[in-house]
Amino acid sequence: MLTRDLLDYLLDPAHWAFGDPESIPARVVEHLGYSGLALLVAAVLAIPVGLVIGHTGRGAFLAVTVGNSWRALPTFGLLSLLVTLIGIGQLPALVALVALAVPPLLLAAYSGVQAVDRATVDAARGMGLTGRQVLTQVELPIAAPLVIGGLRSAALQVVSTATIAAYVGLGGLGRLLVDGLALGDYPQVVAGAVVVSALAILVDLALAGLARLVVSPGLTGSGRRPFSARPTPTTPLTDTRAKLPTPAV
Amino acid sequence: MIDYFTANRELVLAALSQHLVLALVPVALALVVAIPLGALAARRGWVYPTLMGLAGVLYSVPSLALFVVLPSVLHTKMLDPRNVVVALTIYTAALLVRSVADGLRSVDPAVVQAASAMGYRSVHRLVAVELPVALPVLVAGVRSATVANISMVSVGALIGVGGLGTLFTRGLQLRYLDPILLGITLSVLLALLADILLVLVQRRLTPWARPGAA
Repeated sequence: MLTRDLLDYLLDPAHWAFGDPESIPARVVEHLGYSGLALLVAAVLAIPVGLVIGHTGRGAFLAVTVGNSWRALPTFGLLSLLVTLIGIGQLPALVALVALAVPPLLLAAYSGVQAVDRATVDAARGMGLTGRQVLTQVELPIAAPLVIGGLRSAALQVVSTATIAAYVGLGGLGRLLVDGLALGDYPQVVAGAVVVSALAILVDLALAGLARLVVSPGLTGSGRRPFSARPTPTTPLTDTRAKLPTPAV
Repeated sequence: MIDYFTANRELVLAALSQHLVLALVPVALALVVAIPLGALAARRGWVYPTLMGLAGVLYSVPSLALFVVLPSVLHTKMLDPRNVVVALTIYTAALLVRSVADGLRSVDPAVVQAASAMGYRSVHRLVAVELPVALPVLVAGVRSATVANISMVSVGALIGVGGLGTLFTRGLQLRYLDPILLGITLSVLLALLADILLVLVQRRLTPWARPGAA
């Protein structure tokens, strides 16, 4: 019976009229807008700081502590705290979303750079790269998979919390859930839940796709190159040399 | 904040104990689900990517969405705490399947062969040899799942089941900071305490990993 109600709600053309600010597409656009904005602001704030901490090693303790203790913070509690401090509306909710996205991004950028092989960094320096060049041309590309991993968990958190933020006045798909619950309109609640879940899954898949595009083939080993950018340690150097033609004496 | 606690002692303690139950019961239930599934994924190559893909999809579903959909699937009332327990069990299991599978895969094949040679058969070997060796990886997963659960239970307050989350909704309705600050503090303390306890459990269960033990 519920599936029937759900389908009726989802297939009702009135719920898909684009001009209506309460239609599903308008809510999806709103939800993506808030989440994207929060994620962008958080990325601009957190990623450069994380990269510099990883590069210089200064403030590492701070990055790790912030990154880890963030998990223990109840997101709904943080949201309530900020809204009570700043007031109901879009801004406090957005500030809360940014605050939630900063720690995972900071930690990911820091640990990504920190995990880069020292020998690689030394080689880059030996080739005459300046500190800034080492960071942007060597450490950042190698750290990219971890940075995007952090972006994925931050995005998940933000899309999910944006839904909850409807309770404190933010628009987006959470409105369908929160208003539906208040009015007892259960088909609307379930429809909202289904659409927001699909959105969260699609965002995660899109970011996973981004990782495939951005990460250098030299790191994943998917590029076909005459010399592997990352020789596997199981192949001893002598093996490669043995295949070279012996020079005529 | 302290004043609020002393004035509403009974209420806050009830919320705290409900919070604890709602966060920890799913961890126990999820272990029961995740250990056999993870063991299967570790042994059969094709199960691993399928199961991890499914777990990733389940984990992406926003908590509030799962909370509100479950009553219609489980035929429960919206206010039934079982909705929150089942939802958190799904998240925890999705997280732990990977820990179990990766932990079991990290067990040295020589250890498994030695155990087989000594007469341990599949399930007995899994329980007596492979799982204990994989324990550090498994406990790491249980720790992050427990901390995440303690944070997520509060969202249940939006459907009327919330443990400490009820302090947040009350604070929002009254525009009053004290209950919110108290709720955050207790929630963080609970997460910290649970994390420390899990580390102690791990140390107790893996005496061979302690520094100094020969």
